[in-house]
Amino acid sequence: MPLIAGMSVLLGCQFLGEILVHGFQLPVPGPVVGMVVLLVGLMINGRVPTGLRTSGEGLLRHLTLLFVPAGVGIMVHFDLIKADFWPIVVTLVVSTALTLAVTAKVMSWLTRSLPRDPRDDWQEERS
Amino acid sequence: MSVPVLDQLWVYLSASPLLHLLVTLLAFMAASYLNRLLGGTPFLHPVVLTIVMIIAFLMLTDTDYATYFEGAQFIHFLLGPATVALAIPLYDYRERVRHMLVPILLSCVAGIVTAVTSAVGVAMLMGASREIVLTLSPKSVTSPIAMGIAEKLGGIPSLAAGMVLITGSLGCALGPVVFRLLKVRDPSVQGFTMGVAAHGFGTAYSFSSIGAVAGAFAGLAMGLTGLLTAFILPPLVHLFGL
Repeated sequence: MPLIAGMSVLLGCQFLGEILVHGFQLPVPGPVVGMVVLLVGLMINGRVPTGLRTSGEGLLRHLTLLFVPAGVGIMVHFDLIKADFWPIVVTLVVSTALTLAVTAKVMSWLTRSLPRDPRDDWQEERS
Repeated sequence: MSVPVLDQLWVYLSASPLLHLLVTLLAFMAASYLNRLLGGTPFLHPVVLTIVMIIAFLMLTDTDYATYFEGAQFIHFLLGPATVALAIPLYDYRERVRHMLVPILLSCVAGIVTAVTSAVGVAMLMGASREIVLTLSPKSVTSPIAMGIAEKLGGIPSLAAGMVLITGSLGCALGPVVFRLLKVRDPSVQGFTMGVAAHGFGTAYSFSSIGAVAGAFAGLAMGLTGLLTAFILPPLVHLFGL
């Protein structure tokens, strides 16, 4: 039963998110607003209910699987990709590498004065 | 069993959503197993391998994408509640997020500006068509938001979703290399960067390969990047005269 309650909370927040997006014509998808709704709810509640944690973390553990159906959709566009193949490949590789480098550099530079969390060292050993 | 009976069985099975749902799950398990066998190499992302296997299967069986999606939609649907669930790790690390709020916002904006200007700039230099340039511009944003942005600008929404997925798997392959080169070790910075550059793929990668802190920051970055890009991108693209 807690698992069903957890799933209901997740779907309920998504539902609220969709309503807010349509009601206020927001340029963001419903689930992202649903995430904000759940975060506010957790702050008010003060803790994560067990059922919600079980179902939520279960979904997050298999997040990559959930991208597969949309990814297969790329087969519809093979002709378009073939026409601009090299521009697409070079753009994706260069831009992704640059974005990673700039974001990582800017954030490490901005956080260099903050105290380090001792838990990080434990995390590092695993990575 | 005679051939006509098998034939009928195939017609029945391929029309029901069951077959393609099962194919998706089996392909994912096989791809994950293969990836582990190869020592978890980031250059053969299990999702990319799964997608390649499924496309090959659909081509061999002469199935179109709409038929496949009828079965796969049950998995696709779970993306919504999974996105909502990102609030849980975020809540767990709320103290740390509050502590780093200013760096978080500033690096997110820096990442978005880099992603959009470099994508549009390189694509234009390489001579891509206007439609493709616009489709590539939101590539670092999670697919539902990217599709909305591409549509508004005059790109191709469903192709944008494909570009987003390729960007995601590229980010997982390049991320660890970039972190090593730049000597970035803080897991919150690593996770945040993965979320900005590689959306949900980066988030999944951070959870599984870096740790819970990185996962929480990646989820935050993914949501924030999506939210901010929707507002920052259109004026940025106009600067390029598109």
